[in-house]
Amino acid sequence: MSTTNPRSPAVGAVPAGGRLAGVREQPLDPRRRRSGARGWTRLISPLVLLVIWQLVSVGGLISKSKLPPPTGVISEAVTLIRTNSPAYGTLQHALLASLERFAAGFALGAIVAVGLAIVAGLSRLGEDAVDPLMQMIRTLPLFGLVPVFIVWFGIGQLPKLLLIALGAAIPLYLNTYAGIRSVDPRLLELSRVLGLKRRELLRRIILPGALPEALVGLRQSLGVAWLALVVAEQLNTNAGLGFMINQATQFLQNDVIFVALAVYTILGLLTDWLVRVLERRALAWRPGFLVR
Amino acid sequence: MASRLLGAVVPWRSSATAPNQGTAESWSPAGAGSPEPYQAGEIVAEVSDLGRAFGSRWVLESLDLRIAAGELVALIGRSGSGKSTLLRALAGLDRDLTGEVSVHGTVAVAFQEPRLVPWMRVLDNVGLGLRGPNPTEMARGALAEVGLQERQAAWPLTLSGGEAQRASLARALVRDPSLLLLDEPFGALDALTRITMHRLVLSLWERHRPAILLVTHDVDEALALADRVLVLGDGHIAHQSRVDLPRPREREHPELVSLRNRLLTELGVDMKGPTA
Repeated sequence: MSTTNPRSPAVGAVPAGGRLAGVREQPLDPRRRRSGARGWTRLISPLVLLVIWQLVSVGGLISKSKLPPPTGVISEAVTLIRTNSPAYGTLQHALLASLERFAAGFALGAIVAVGLAIVAGLSRLGEDAVDPLMQMIRTLPLFGLVPVFIVWFGIGQLPKLLLIALGAAIPLYLNTYAGIRSVDPRLLELSRVLGLKRRELLRRIILPGALPEALVGLRQSLGVAWLALVVAEQLNTNAGLGFMINQATQFLQNDVIFVALAVYTILGLLTDWLVRVLERRALAWRPGFLVR
Repeated sequence: MASRLLGAVVPWRSSATAPNQGTAESWSPAGAGSPEPYQAGEIVAEVSDLGRAFGSRWVLESLDLRIAAGELVALIGRSGSGKSTLLRALAGLDRDLTGEVSVHGTVAVAFQEPRLVPWMRVLDNVGLGLRGPNPTEMARGALAEVGLQERQAAWPLTLSGGEAQRASLARALVRDPSLLLLDEPFGALDALTRITMHRLVLSLWERHRPAILLVTHDVDEALALADRVLVLGDGHIAHQSRVDLPRPREREHPELVSLRNRLLTELGVDMKGPTA
């Protein structure tokens, strides 16, 4: 699960509307330069690990069937892309099926979460109605619900979507709700002086004010949702990366399992990167805001 | 309960206020020195028997105040005397009032912290909530007036203290207020910037002629700018002095020196000790 990035702006660190003392004394350049230089050194240990893995596997210390070497995983991936095998289909087909499942579940969860956060964040009544329920659901073990979901919704697509949606919704709701509540009351007062309409208040002040925390929530919820996808796809699928893994388990083809795991990982990294790009664009107003 | 009469009652830019070319005396409408020298038609803000309690403590109590169109009033008082409470009452930000507050025309506020919306560029901040045919052009014009046009695309958190305060002034002025409330807007600025801001406020006031209520803790600032200086004490206007000197005013002008001593005494500062 992805956790809050320590460099993500803690909400409250920036007194919105007030001036950020000391921020301009921290020029952007040194941090940027440092991150560039450190980018290199941080690659060393993963590369060393890959080399050791390759040597261990190729050298026969651990059998290739248990731990296929990185080069073996790559060539297996190429094979899976090029050939449409009866057992697995193609990798791109499986990837597309998984992505569709993920996108549908995540979109459902995100829409519900943001909607509920707005309801709970904007009115006392909404808070009383929504927040206790969400705080209760938050404490449920997500994957402990899998058997219940099977009983309720069968083993088709629906329980999978709901599991992903639920996993995505909780962190996004919690952070967006907290973000709305943390909007500087002085800005709310300002909007009264300026005579903003309710819609303008929401669009210009409240939602942008909640955005930094909502984005932290988005990153967390993407992490949980990917995890939920992996678990959900173990259930019973006839397409997707999880289906591929299930098939490979039966045929004892560990290299296929590794390919699917690698794709899961790459997808997770990709969405994380997307959120960072989004953050950099949406939070450009913060001096010294840099997400690596 | 407080009643607020918003909406144009007095066309504040009309001939009701004679344009004034720099001398305070030339426009003061009626016998200066009397406590209420203005005729009813020229009043933009009227406060009567205003009270405001925080818990069991009455910060404002039976406070009466009238502000004439185009008048520059400074309000001084010790900290905690209720200056900001009175300003918030006039701004319509306080609902727990007793007595009556009525303001004719629009009110604009520039707060102590400039209160710019940090995720909106300077120009959008100035134009925020602005109605009218071309709000962006109006905002641009207001920024030009405060000398900030080249910073219109900047993020507020990259502005200096003085620039942010100027943007805040532009945002208030662009609404064409009949009453402009300034809540210690220069308090956090360095001395040099403050002098520049004083000049800017005076020139903007002379051009647009809103009534201004300037809340400050700085007696010198009040004396440099205001037509009338009010001292808030014991929850009401405990003292007021007119300042009928042309601007810019010499700080050591004998009349100002004696006024300063008088005001400091009213504020409870021991004049034998070090001066403020």
